[in-house]
Amino acid sequence: MIYNLHFASAVTAAFLASLVEAVEALTIVLAVAVVRGWRPAGFGALAGLVLLAIIVVALGPLLDRIPLNALQLAIGVLLLLFGMRWLRKAILRAAGIIPLHDEAAAFASETAGLREEERRHEPHVDWFAGLASFKAVLLEGLEVVFIVIAVSAGRNVLIPVSVAALTACLLIATIGLLIHRPLARVPENVLKFAVGVMLTAFGLFWTGEGLGVPWPGSDLSILAFIAVFLMTGLGAVAVLKSRGKVISP
Amino acid sequence: MRIFVVVVHALAGLFVEDGAFALTIIAVVAIAGACTALLPNGAWASGFILLLGCLVTLLVNVILARPRGG
Repeated sequence: MIYNLHFASAVTAAFLASLVEAVEALTIVLAVAVVRGWRPAGFGALAGLVLLAIIVVALGPLLDRIPLNALQLAIGVLLLLFGMRWLRKAILRAAGIIPLHDEAAAFASETAGLREEERRHEPHVDWFAGLASFKAVLLEGLEVVFIVIAVSAGRNVLIPVSVAALTACLLIATIGLLIHRPLARVPENVLKFAVGVMLTAFGLFWTGEGLGVPWPGSDLSILAFIAVFLMTGLGAVAVLKSRGKVISP
Repeated sequence: MRIFVVVVHALAGLFVEDGAFALTIIAVVAIAGACTALLPNGAWASGFILLLGCLVTLLVNVILARPRGG
């Protein structure tokens, strides 16, 4: 049962996080495709995927050589930094302290930037456009790889977690190719809130494991951490909203 | 070279956005680690410090955050 709970929470966290990352990468690839066509957008994205695959194949086996406690501690701390950053931002966005991330606005900004490049660097503009697509796929892809490794660290769930992440990325890529528009309707902040809570819970768990903390209930404590951080996050949003500290329109 | 700098900067940005926030999290982990190393039965205290420290760090940071225009 404990394995199943760990499995379910790891797969869910990886799937939801990958959805968010894939939506962000898709927005930039689409902006490149709209301004310069699918050739630079596709080549850039493909080059990003190839480099990502090389990094995973080259560095993946090295993880097995690191002692488990050190690996858990390192991944736990990174996951805490990563997850709490997402959770903090999602709380501030939900409370109206900072503006919500808007994929349509990000698309418009990326498109405007590329058109400006087009105006200034006419001979190399496809190169710049391809580079934007490459960078988006590489960086968002690295985030997905990190999350997959982090939530499956030390447990035998790497393959199902990888499949969940890959499914999310393929799902978003397919929808993006079909509708040719940024996915502005995806409730990105809700997803980031949920993923921030889950990654923070995993980060706390792994950091403790790395330090030798005997968490009560072992892996079950991850669920308790999820509940605690979820309630804390929702409570913080309610407090901030009640204080009326919101951005001016 | 420029793309390399951009990628490294973006990678660091995955983990650190608000420097004080990130440093406080690392300080909480360091204190928890010191507890495990120095105290008898420090592992339990370490777990408690980790959980409470992360919750307080998060709450204080968001409560003190100032509105940014959109």
